[in-house]
Amino acid sequence: MELITEGLIQIAQTALVLALAPGLTGLVRWVKARLLRRRGTPILQVYSDFARLLRKKVVVAHNASWLFRLVPYLVFNAVWTAASLVPTFSTQLLFAPAADLIALIALLSSARFGLALGALDIGTSFGGLGASREMMIASLAEPAMLMIVFTVSLFAGTTHLPAVAEYMSQHQAFLQVSVLLAAIAMVIVSLAETARIPVDNPATHLELTMVHEAMVLEYSGRHLALIEAAGSLKLVLYLSLFCCLFVPWGIAHQAATPLDILAGLGIWVIKLAVGAVLLAVLETCLAKMRLFRLADLLGGGFLFGLLSVILMFVFGSL
Amino acid sequence: MPDQPSRLIAFLARHGRCQPQHRPWPRYQLEREDWVLLGHSLASNADWLLIGLWAEGGPPVARVHMALFDEEGGLPAIASLECPESSFPSVGWARPGAIRLERTIRDLHGLTPLDPVDDRPWLIHDPALPYRFLPVEGYNLHHIPVGPVHAGIIEPGHFRFTCAGETVVRLEERLGYVHKGIEQLLCGASLEQAARIVGRVSGDSAVAYALAFARAVEAATQTEAPPRAHHIRALMAELERIANHLGDIGAICNDAAFAFMHARCGELREDVLRTAEACFGHRLMMDCVVPGGVAADITEDKAARVSALVAKLHLQTKRLAKVYDQEASLQDRTVGTGALSSRLAHRFAAGGFIGRASSRTFDARVQPGYAPYDQMEFGVPMLTEGDVNARVLLRFHEIESSLSLIERLIASLPAGPVLCPLTATGAPTGAPTGNEEREGVALVEGFRGDVLVWLRLAADGKTVRRCHPRDPSWFQWPLLEAAINGNIVPDFPLCNKSFNCSYAGHDL
Repeated sequence: MELITEGLIQIAQTALVLALAPGLTGLVRWVKARLLRRRGTPILQVYSDFARLLRKKVVVAHNASWLFRLVPYLVFNAVWTAASLVPTFSTQLLFAPAADLIALIALLSSARFGLALGALDIGTSFGGLGASREMMIASLAEPAMLMIVFTVSLFAGTTHLPAVAEYMSQHQAFLQVSVLLAAIAMVIVSLAETARIPVDNPATHLELTMVHEAMVLEYSGRHLALIEAAGSLKLVLYLSLFCCLFVPWGIAHQAATPLDILAGLGIWVIKLAVGAVLLAVLETCLAKMRLFRLADLLGGGFLFGLLSVILMFVFGSL
Repeated sequence: MPDQPSRLIAFLARHGRCQPQHRPWPRYQLEREDWVLLGHSLASNADWLLIGLWAEGGPPVARVHMALFDEEGGLPAIASLECPESSFPSVGWARPGAIRLERTIRDLHGLTPLDPVDDRPWLIHDPALPYRFLPVEGYNLHHIPVGPVHAGIIEPGHFRFTCAGETVVRLEERLGYVHKGIEQLLCGASLEQAARIVGRVSGDSAVAYALAFARAVEAATQTEAPPRAHHIRALMAELERIANHLGDIGAICNDAAFAFMHARCGELREDVLRTAEACFGHRLMMDCVVPGGVAADITEDKAARVSALVAKLHLQTKRLAKVYDQEASLQDRTVGTGALSSRLAHRFAAGGFIGRASSRTFDARVQPGYAPYDQMEFGVPMLTEGDVNARVLLRFHEIESSLSLIERLIASLPAGPVLCPLTATGAPTGAPTGNEEREGVALVEGFRGDVLVWLRLAADGKTVRRCHPRDPSWFQWPLLEAAINGNIVPDFPLCNKSFNCSYAGHDL
């Protein structure tokens, strides 16, 4: 019986993250447009965009190898898998044993590695430019992420996400200085990982300033749809992960009634929406940073993470 | 007219023959050796600025003209050279701003510059002859070719970056993708046709071009437009300047991903354009300035509408300037980025906000000056830093200055007609009779900088024989290459947008 429940919840989560991802991206865009006193495209527009991309023919560069065609599937699957592992509205997931922070990071890194390879494969200068910038950002963001993982594991005694979520919700984690510092570090890392302002501008048409977009310039049709979907999924993933680690209230735990699960679902959607609005406000208030100033930002994120580890390690309870 | 002729004009008068049919500046016909001497004099007189270089005709009957301006004072002057051997001595070595103009003359007129600094074609894009980009040597350099087709809907131009990692070692521009043959189209056009064509050379400078053309025609035919027309022209020119500066400020901030400014500036620019449409019947005020005056008068209630706009803009631009000033993340991008040295700005005679942001005070409204600005007191803002930030701030200052100009123009609007017929005759004694060709030239301050229009009219005074509109971008594009040096690749769009040079006006 439990297996069936867990299986159903897992299927629901896997489907939901994919179904909600374009909506979330659409919501961020819409709020940003409203903040600029524009009418804004409807939130559902992003779904139509995906439908359009899926219908379109794929145009592939002559010198593209099999890698170029494989990458979109690799990226999409890695990110989708990662997104379905994060406890969003319930910890009772069939794949919960695999839901480990380290595994999550490994999945996302593989996706990034694949994307960078795909960008290099066709040999355009923009692909190379984007890949090198993405790798620079990743090399700065990953140590910071590692610090966050350390803090969380020191605090909860595990990197197993369902356990962390349960522990966090029961121990008033938000009152801890070190957890607060880790949360700040997490915001910075998330902005970098999801390619948002001030790290990258998802709305730009300027090839020379692009990071993520420069890598996917040559993709079209369903390939592009998969990569864009992976981008949207990543946003859901990082918002959910942030919620799971630092605002884990409302997530249904073991022995939850179906009502709890439904409530958890509602709370999760609200959390995502609030996160999207906050992200849109943040993006409107900031200009994009100069490329090499990113080291300062992400270095700051690393320091926050380091500080929280030290606090946790030295004082144990702070 | 100044009492003392400037050293430049004295030099030309000594070596050349004055052409009395040319107005309002003097034109001198030089012999070949005097042209060479002029080149050497340019090298030794840094304040003799080259503001135009063009040709007319083609072999065997061809002529090259060079417009020069002495910064110490006095009128600009034009030096001309007959080129029976289809070649002319190059001056590019003395004035680097002339290099691309000489390449263009060779492409369009078949006249070869002798001993040129650069002998590659410029406007001609011949697929059979691959373009030779300048060689760059160094360890671990890589090329980034950008354009002419861009990811956004912008004008076409090719940029070849040579980079060491993210640092730009050299940028080389390749333009000419929107060459349309405008100058050829103007040969033989009637004045009405020509006014329409020149007004469309660069859409964002429709008023400036039409005004320069109208003033050149009026100079050639010795017509003086009515005072009311001068005021309305200035009003339109200032509106155009404000609209473009607003658009530019927004676009520069948008390139730093600060979309808020873009949205707000876009709104205000739209206000200006709609007011222009309501008052003059066209958003960009095309065909509103015509030789002899303006096409439409401004009524009492329309003037009130412009005044209301000015009041609103005064308030709103102050607010936006404050936002720009207080947004640290934006300042971090613009301050120190793409700095242009004042030495280079001066050497290339860069006009407009690019020159004025690099401590060059030149403004065609002040010097050589024209009506109605010669009767008005107004400040020409100037900054010394020469970076993107300076060019943004300068635009804010210029909007302020233009707004106050508009207020005063409306307050002092003289009564009377706005259009007068062109006097095809009436030459003073000593000048040619009405049966000869006449030539006119005008320098007008557009939003980008000084727009030069030179023309030669047929004896009937109604047909254009040759007309050369020179966009300010000719002397600004090369400076972009210098300004980006040492900056990083992702900062190029910011620098480029802060220059905002014209492709259409340059490629013709």
